[in-house]
Amino acid sequence: MENDLKQYLSLFVEETKENLQNMNDALLVLEKDKENLSLINEIFRGAHTLKGMSGTMGFINMSNLTHEMENVLDEVRNGRVNLNGDIIDILFRCFDVLGEMVNYIATYGQENNEENNELIEELQKVIAGNVTAEPNKVQVKKAVEFDEYVLNTVRKAKDEGLNGYKIQVYISPDCVLKSARAFIVLNLLESSGNVVYSNPSMDDIEDEKFDNSLTIALITNLDKEVLLEKLYGISEIEKVVVNSIDIEGSTYEEANNDKKITISPKSNNEAKAPKKDNAKVGKTVRVDIDRLDNLMNLVSELIIIKTRMEDLSNNSDMKEMEDTIEYLERVTTSLHDSVMKVRMVPLERIFNRFPRMVRDLSKELDKKVNFIMHGENTEVDRTVIDEIGDPLIHLIRNSMDHGIEKPEERLKLGKGEEGNLILKAYPDGNSVVIELSDDGRGIDFDKIREKAVEKGLYTTDDIEKLTIDDLKNILFEPGFSTSESINEISGRGVGLDVVKNKIESINGSVELETEMNKGTRFTIRIPLTLAIIEALLVKIADETYAIPINSINEIVLIDKNSIQNLHGQDIILYRGNTIPIIRLDRVMGLESDKSMDEYTAIVVRKGEKQAALIVTSLVGQQEIVIKPLGKYLSNIKMFSGATILGNGNISLIINVNSLL
Amino acid sequence: MVSEIKSKYVVFKLESNFYGLDVNNVLSIERVSKITRIPNSPEYMLGLMNLRGDVIPVIDLRLKLGLDISEVDKNTRVIIVNESDNVVGLLVDLSSEVMEIDKDCVDKPPNSGPGNELLEFVDGIGKSSDKLIVLLNLKKILTN
Repeated sequence: MENDLKQYLSLFVEETKENLQNMNDALLVLEKDKENLSLINEIFRGAHTLKGMSGTMGFINMSNLTHEMENVLDEVRNGRVNLNGDIIDILFRCFDVLGEMVNYIATYGQENNEENNELIEELQKVIAGNVTAEPNKVQVKKAVEFDEYVLNTVRKAKDEGLNGYKIQVYISPDCVLKSARAFIVLNLLESSGNVVYSNPSMDDIEDEKFDNSLTIALITNLDKEVLLEKLYGISEIEKVVVNSIDIEGSTYEEANNDKKITISPKSNNEAKAPKKDNAKVGKTVRVDIDRLDNLMNLVSELIIIKTRMEDLSNNSDMKEMEDTIEYLERVTTSLHDSVMKVRMVPLERIFNRFPRMVRDLSKELDKKVNFIMHGENTEVDRTVIDEIGDPLIHLIRNSMDHGIEKPEERLKLGKGEEGNLILKAYPDGNSVVIELSDDGRGIDFDKIREKAVEKGLYTTDDIEKLTIDDLKNILFEPGFSTSESINEISGRGVGLDVVKNKIESINGSVELETEMNKGTRFTIRIPLTLAIIEALLVKIADETYAIPINSINEIVLIDKNSIQNLHGQDIILYRGNTIPIIRLDRVMGLESDKSMDEYTAIVVRKGEKQAALIVTSLVGQQEIVIKPLGKYLSNIKMFSGATILGNGNISLIINVNSLL
Repeated sequence: MVSEIKSKYVVFKLESNFYGLDVNNVLSIERVSKITRIPNSPEYMLGLMNLRGDVIPVIDLRLKLGLDISEVDKNTRVIIVNESDNVVGLLVDLSSEVMEIDKDCVDKPPNSGPGNELLEFVDGIGKSSDKLIVLLNLKKILTN
């Protein structure tokens, strides 16, 4: 049994996380629109599913906590408890705790010992506090789950002398084909009477979209005992509960609880809406990411071999060979594109935690923030997505802390009390652009100047000469933070430089636009993928190296006489700027004494910095597959990886950032 | 009765001595193919080898253990090892066999004066019927 459940563990973890995310999202909206019953229902269903799943998996603590949550939510949706900020806070804390529990389970395969009695008590208090205030409504506690239609039918049937039963069937969790079992149950019941209601519905059963239990309303002339006997005759049925449907109680509730009736049509619509989604889900497959990586590796191999064949065909005169290779090229290119698409994940994966973060931060900072996200469906390769989460969190914190003002201050400035923070993503050619803009106070460049002088980065004279662009760059320098107070949110000395480094490490860029009292906008541009890039292959002495195209400005020929030496550093005038010359043969330990009249130089850039890299010769531009150097060589900074060339040789990829 | 505590070792030769690595760490034994030099790396770091599409760093085990450098010949092999996700190739003179050595037949490494680079990488000396095998500590070789 234990072992049987193990195989469902990853599924459990994944689905629970998804569920929690949905509940989190719904609660965030609910916080603003407290009357929205469909949201309450959604959260309730989430809690219910979690309870069911954690119970099945034997995670007692989790199931206990979700049980209490379910109780509270049930009270809320039935209008017996008024949703207020406190309850929402408690629920958010529950979500956090559940998130931790899931992470623990994901790591250790078992539950931690945290019983969360405090939270459970608080949840119980919510119910107790409210129920005593309205004691007469406790009577209708056992709410009926059937709607008016079912009840009416049952009522009519009873008048005709038939029995109305609520039947709950629990299918054994070991059951492999639970859909099939559920079908047998439904068929059997349909042959014994008239099924007026079933939860899950037939469609859901078909899609296996249900837990292990079925609830059915049946009108029949048979007795309870006969039904029980019949149902237990089906194998792999764990438990059956048959109860008469109590019409009296339900009519009583309807009469007393107007809200209940107004909910029903809504929740009916609700129930239909996700069904459409389910149909969509049915067409997708969950694949282990390792398998995709493996597939990607194979495609990379194919591309390498293709390149090799191109080399070969260039050396031979066979026309037919050329045509075939051209065709091969087309096929590999589209194969590569397809595999890349499969590996793409929507930015939503990292965006979805931001609304909650903004909410918590705004409470903490006492600021009102209207957070809007656009384009969270924009997709990037999964190699990129893991890298941009942290920088974005940093920028959001930054905007909330330094950018957006407190409500009073905003009102004084004639702005709306609520600050606007907009996160926008969209694809642009081979890259994805992510913009984060706020309508806060903007960046005060006088303050930057002051700070830069204070920190000893510049003298008072120098600072006056700097342009606005230069000042922007200072912001991205290590250890520069203008916040007056160091607090938990930002300004911990690690500043925008970390953001910039991280983004540049994945060959991206960050730009900054700002206007005093109007706001600030960060524009991040990242490549769609990191696995395959365009690179320039160069020879340094007799070794071949690759330089990523996107860090190259231009290739120039440098006359020997135009090189000037300044304190031991060779420099050259390039488009009005003096830029340093880096002799790659020297850097790679391949120095030769041979003096040349003219050098081939590759002008590269890292942000605003430029340099001319002198190489021996150019080989050509090529699509290369980046292979990581592995853990053992992880301290090497000069190379960002290696690539396998068409002839099977390995060539190192120069990390231009490390040279500047 | 078979002893409970036997370990298997991949045995190979450096100069005239035999050395052993725990078989659990060894992924495969390969012939030497073209190795790409990594600039500015230690001398024992030979460079990168293309192993069926994977890029593997190769260490000259002789140099790492403080022995003399040798010429690559037809017997030279690269032992691909994995130690806590460090996948590395070790260049050795000759790889002969996999050997089972009883725990009882493993002596502690001899104490020696300072300056013997080899000894800090040695776990013990295994005795078999016809030869002594220096059992290496892969973890130390890859972290030092």
